[in-house]
Amino acid sequence: MIADALSWMLLVIGGLAGIIGGLGIHRFPDFFTRLHAAGITDTLCAAAILAGLVLQAGFTLVSFKLLLIFAFLMLTSPTASHVLANAAMHGGLQPLTGKQGVKR
Amino acid sequence: MVHIVSLTITTYLLWLGLSGHFEPLLMSIGAVSTLLVVYLALRMDVVDRESHPIHLTGRLFRFWGYLSKEILLANLDVMRRVLSPGPDISPRYIDLPLPQKSDLGRVIYANSITLTPGTVSVELDRQSIKVHALSKEGAEDLASGEMARRVPDDEDSPA
Repeated sequence: MIADALSWMLLVIGGLAGIIGGLGIHRFPDFFTRLHAAGITDTLCAAAILAGLVLQAGFTLVSFKLLLIFAFLMLTSPTASHVLANAAMHGGLQPLTGKQGVKR
Repeated sequence: MVHIVSLTITTYLLWLGLSGHFEPLLMSIGAVSTLLVVYLALRMDVVDRESHPIHLTGRLFRFWGYLSKEILLANLDVMRRVLSPGPDISPRYIDLPLPQKSDLGRVIYANSITLTPGTVSVELDRQSIKVHALSKEGAEDLASGEMARRVPDDEDSPA
């Protein structure tokens, strides 16, 4: 019962983090800043949803596999972000610098 | 030798966890495929302290605890900036020194920077790393060097 409530709380937090991350991708002004917004979806959103699902599955092999997904995600998502940023820089994309307003 | 034993045990546990078979026949087939994988890894010469850093296990777990806290705080900060109605970001490039002595330490540091929302590692060489930061605060936080100090580094095998 408590595990169920906690699990749903985590799932809702993960969903909200995903929505806010998506909103950030729209509101931030350039490629590099959007990459930071996508970072929310990579970390808090994925972690909270997977943790919520682990609590739903209980002490089973399904949980083990969910934890493996989490572990691989934590290794691959920063690598992908780094490669994207690196390619953008070498492609000559100049980042916006200084104080920026966020689009409404 | 200790790396071979550890690789065999982890590979077999991974096989068990992913297959979910606990009958003796299938378990012995799993053991055979585990040994085959370990044999292939040995032939590829990838079983060493860099690919299998068991001597860093304790420090890695402590670092993951610290990193989780940092990621959570950075998430809340970036979420606040996404939702804030006024101008609230000041993106910039910063160059930081790379104090780690091993390639493994440098990779862990660069990936941890990228994993923390608000900072992305863009380019690195042996001595320095270029980071794109979303805000002045995020850049200063990273420049304080606390994360760099905590990264598990393999001092004994400079690469």
